[in-house]
Amino acid sequence: MRPTPNTDRPTSPNLMRFHFSLLLLVMAGLAVAFVPLPVPAITPQERTFEIDAHQFAYSPSELKVNTGDTITIQLVSADVVHGLYVYGYDISVEADPGQSATLTFVADKPGSFRFRCNITCGAMHPFMIGKLNVGSNSWLYRSIGLAALAVFGVTVSKKPKA
Amino acid sequence: MAKIELTRIPFIKNALKSRYPQLAVFIVMLIGYIFAILAGLIGTPVGSHNFSIVFVWIAWWAILILVAVPFFGRGWCAVCPIPLPGEWLQHGAVLSPPDKRPKWLNLRVPKMFRNIWLQNISYLLLALFSSVLLTTPNITGIVLAAMLFAAIGLSTVFERRAFCRYLCPVGGFIGLYSQTAPIELRIKDKQVCVTCEGKPCYNGSSAGYGCPWDVFPGGLTKNTYCGLCMECIRTCPHDNIAVNLRPFSADLAKPSTRMDEAFKAFIMLGSAIVYAGVLLGPWGMFKDAAYNVGSSAWFIYAIVFLAIIFVVLPGLFTLGILNTKNTLPLKQRFASLSTALIPLGLMFWVAFSLSFVLTNASYILAALSDPLGLGWNLFGTANAAWLPMLTSILAPAQTLALVVGLVWSARTAQKSANEAGTSSMPVVIYCFVATSLMLWLLL
Repeated sequence: MRPTPNTDRPTSPNLMRFHFSLLLLVMAGLAVAFVPLPVPAITPQERTFEIDAHQFAYSPSELKVNTGDTITIQLVSADVVHGLYVYGYDISVEADPGQSATLTFVADKPGSFRFRCNITCGAMHPFMIGKLNVGSNSWLYRSIGLAALAVFGVTVSKKPKA
Repeated sequence: MAKIELTRIPFIKNALKSRYPQLAVFIVMLIGYIFAILAGLIGTPVGSHNFSIVFVWIAWWAILILVAVPFFGRGWCAVCPIPLPGEWLQHGAVLSPPDKRPKWLNLRVPKMFRNIWLQNISYLLLALFSSVLLTTPNITGIVLAAMLFAAIGLSTVFERRAFCRYLCPVGGFIGLYSQTAPIELRIKDKQVCVTCEGKPCYNGSSAGYGCPWDVFPGGLTKNTYCGLCMECIRTCPHDNIAVNLRPFSADLAKPSTRMDEAFKAFIMLGSAIVYAGVLLGPWGMFKDAAYNVGSSAWFIYAIVFLAIIFVVLPGLFTLGILNTKNTLPLKQRFASLSTALIPLGLMFWVAFSLSFVLTNASYILAALSDPLGLGWNLFGTANAAWLPMLTSILAPAQTLALVVGLVWSARTAQKSANEAGTSSMPVVIYCFVATSLMLWLLL
């Protein structure tokens, strides 16, 4: 008996089209993730923030600066010893109760960075977190773009049956 | 990808069939568990220097959510020490062949409780107190001890592992997400089970105990309720049980129709979103509300938390699928289409945990040398400074996890919608919006 031909096997034009679409999507994804965006030319400034630290929050808890700005943070601790460690910049400062301490740095890395207390200050210490936005949070927009692209890819592409 | 039967490899089969390797791991885990209880109760109240907090909520959690659940499904349940003392008591033995006479009441769990609603409730109870639980050693110690004693108590009243199957707050979501794992325990030939006399895999035999998870392996189609205890491999007289390597999320091809499982998906999705906002966000008032249990702020937090999980998320989901053309009742469509939220929820938890674990992992070194915070320095690492790890790759890794979860969910939605004969677009859009929200909270 002759074997029945497998009609489910993907035909080569279908398979090629699928692979080509996939390649296009991957390239579009790489473009969304990594193509440099135009950055508005803004003259760097010197900015000073007084941050009040108390169990288990910073006030203000979100800082917005432009890339290249020179930032001075005056950390004032209201209750126990608190620290402030900036992720990405890997710099920190500590303030004793009732005292203030100063941290100065140039915000030369664009993006959104968490800052966190780095001195054990009580139960919720690991969650004493703030946010430093240097320039626009472009990685967030790129990530949402990637998510949209992924949804588009899944919606329009149908993998040929193997 | 075809399945690969791992139990064809003699080393793996022998290791699973013998009770000794599993017992060895069990004993190590039980010692660690009891030590975590003691550390929580008698160690330093500073969570970041106490074994119970650091090893349970950082080390164990990282292994569970980043490795064990995604790759081994209920692999953790296979070595979890919580049911052990109760099971030993129930059997009246540790390793010896089972005695058919019941040692205790050996009742069947009432039918109304044979679902995962109790697990949903027990999880939510812990979730509402999680800010205290995650940071306060004695509360962690009390909760761990309570789980151990609850498992012992239920073992003396009900048959099999009633605690694991119906009450464990962790087991509920492990079961849900184990459907996505590339590993399964299944029978090889259904006909063999049909003709098998006595069904020793379920009822037990001189070779071993009947399924502790109250599952008949011959009817297994999903990983959800199989605890991978390997007892059926030991009892099957026909060598008809296999552990297979399979494609990811194979179980999701057949969507669930149960509301308890559907709501589990919403509970897990919602709590990942709430935790990302409350614990990792910059808003101090949310942290205060979540931590000050009993205060009016905490009651508002609890109400909002429950409203997000039981009203907002399922409500928006229902609105989305309301007008899809379909002959299935809305309730069935809701349960079936919510299957798509399982991979999304898992990847939300991966993204959340990456942040939590990488920034706190350095506490492990200090807690290893000084587990009770009493000034010991067992391995010379007691003074290791806190240092966040790999923060430069954290955001890209979280984006990757969330986008992979979205693609995975969109594909699952398409399959579920095909099965239900409806459009997948509302579910895909829902997943996209939820992913965008999670990206905003984490990045």
